[in-house]
Amino acid sequence: MVAPANNAVDRLLAVLPTRGEGGASFAEMGFPTTRDEDWRFTSVAPIAELEFTAAEADAAAKLEGCIFSEIAGPQLVFVNGHFSNELSGVGELPEGMEIGNLASAAFKPCEAEDAFGALNAASFTDGSRVRVADGVCFETPIRVYYLSTGGDGATANIRNHITLGANSKATILESWTGADAAYFNNTITELSIGDNAQLEHVKFQDESTAAFHVAGLHATMGRDCRVAHHSIALGGRIARNNIRARLDGTGIEAVLNGLYLPRGKQLIDHHMVVDHLQPHCDSHEYFNGILDDHARAVFHGRIHVHKGADKTDAKQTNKNLLLSDNATVNTKPQLEIYADDVKCTHGATIGQMNAEQIFYLRARGLDEEAARRMIMHAFAGEIIARIGCPPAREELDRLVWDRLEDK
Amino acid sequence: MLEIKNLKAGVEGTEILKGIDLIINAGEVHAIMGPNGSGKSTLAQVLAGRAAFEVAEGSVTYKGHDLLELAPEVRVREGLFLAFQYPVEIPGVNTTYFLRAAVNAVREHHGEAALNAVDFLKLMREKIELLQLDEALLKRSVNEGFSGGEKKRAEILQMALLNPTMAVLDETDSGLDIDALKVVANGVNTLKRADNAQLIITHYQRLLDYIVPDFVHVLYDGRIVKSGGKELALELEEKGYDWITNGELQTA
Repeated sequence: MVAPANNAVDRLLAVLPTRGEGGASFAEMGFPTTRDEDWRFTSVAPIAELEFTAAEADAAAKLEGCIFSEIAGPQLVFVNGHFSNELSGVGELPEGMEIGNLASAAFKPCEAEDAFGALNAASFTDGSRVRVADGVCFETPIRVYYLSTGGDGATANIRNHITLGANSKATILESWTGADAAYFNNTITELSIGDNAQLEHVKFQDESTAAFHVAGLHATMGRDCRVAHHSIALGGRIARNNIRARLDGTGIEAVLNGLYLPRGKQLIDHHMVVDHLQPHCDSHEYFNGILDDHARAVFHGRIHVHKGADKTDAKQTNKNLLLSDNATVNTKPQLEIYADDVKCTHGATIGQMNAEQIFYLRARGLDEEAARRMIMHAFAGEIIARIGCPPAREELDRLVWDRLEDK
Repeated sequence: MLEIKNLKAGVEGTEILKGIDLIINAGEVHAIMGPNGSGKSTLAQVLAGRAAFEVAEGSVTYKGHDLLELAPEVRVREGLFLAFQYPVEIPGVNTTYFLRAAVNAVREHHGEAALNAVDFLKLMREKIELLQLDEALLKRSVNEGFSGGEKKRAEILQMALLNPTMAVLDETDSGLDIDALKVVANGVNTLKRADNAQLIITHYQRLLDYIVPDFVHVLYDGRIVKSGGKELALELEEKGYDWITNGELQTA
């Protein structure tokens, strides 16, 4: 039975624990509608119609078959938004390095930009907490697994907080997977990156295609830092990623790199706002999507170059390959420039498989099917190749390839 | 080796080739010259099997097979290779990976074992030396960001790797500076053998200073209006295409 959407806020607040004024703030904002510019192409009505329950801890959950399992090092595991002590293991850490769960530390969430943010701030149960002290270079990738074993309507609010001190370095690999059900994960990750620090952040989102996934990534960056965020989005009935990057220091290099492969009736939405506040920063967004069946994708990339952010070099590319006539893409690259001396480009393409390319490959001896596969693989491979962590890159490359083959 | 009889072909109902007759034997180099719009590239594309061009009439026999019945990939596996006038860029496809897939597709067709990465690299190194190509290009995506000269040399590299019996070069010389032209011509000449043949399609006589054809044909308005030895190319260079065009008008 479909629950009425109009009292979704009340029904959620009735089943979830809330803290502080957060619940009131969420109630005031209410679920966004397609009349909101930021949600024009993504209706959250199917989420509002869920019969919500609070996702509960599950001691029987197992990590079997998860990605990145060949990689050694610290791992954090959250089951339905609850920290699993049994499945997690951190091991010996260098001085100044902390890896654990957020609920065990004092934490004040950042200001919410929408109802999902407010809901998360009010109701998050737990999430990862990583702190890297100044000057600590932690070369081992830190793996964080989010498992969902709940049924339809099981709702988890997850909050992650990652802080890198000046001159530090870390790699974080996230994996989101779950049982075949219409559960709902609402997550916010706060990233605070110090001066001259380096972070590679890989998010592998492979939720159930019946599930809902709403995620916010809020990154604040210090001068001369290098940040790469990779969003490999495969799952979710509706998967929305709000990515917010504030480049508030000179000499920052930020790469937002994403691949989405929706099929069936999936909708995968990346909504980005990159603020250039200081001069001499580079930001590059590369998003490729391959869509099949009745799938939909949304790309919204806004680069805002503030007054004084001269010598900004900002690039935005969104390329889409449609394998079916029924697939849809809404792409909206956007530049807002208030500085004088900048280099900004944006471009978006939506197309079927390029006939010229296929003929060229056939004229070199490849049969049509092999040619199509080579082009499709290339489209995904272009994004995966930007992942710096070799074992993660290789495993994702194989996994994405298998996924594309298994039509 | 290749016999084209009364070939009529066009695109979307417009007839471009209006009856081509041409016989090419093993060991021969033929050049086809002609002004813009005469049908040179259409002929090349029809031979390679581009589906956009419809063959209305005539036949093409290659090594005793009906060429027009064969899929594009089978044609090249059987040794009919087209060097493209405009090589296509394929972002994300690594050049070395692509070349190995192509070479192995041809090898498998002939019942030969696929080359592994090491053996293939050895073969490729031999060939790139011939074409003075920068090895770094092979790590990039197919033709992406290549200069005009690099693209044309990469086409000849592919030809060298696939070792065709019938090579069709569609304006491979267009847009090349004289140094690049010499490299390309040298590559093509090195690949010439008694048991293979080459069909060089060109707009400029200049290429024929470096690749000496046995036969020269002039294509005009979808027909071969004049054939001769290599001296015909010189005559064309001297008198220009108007000589042919006006001749046509006088006959009419």
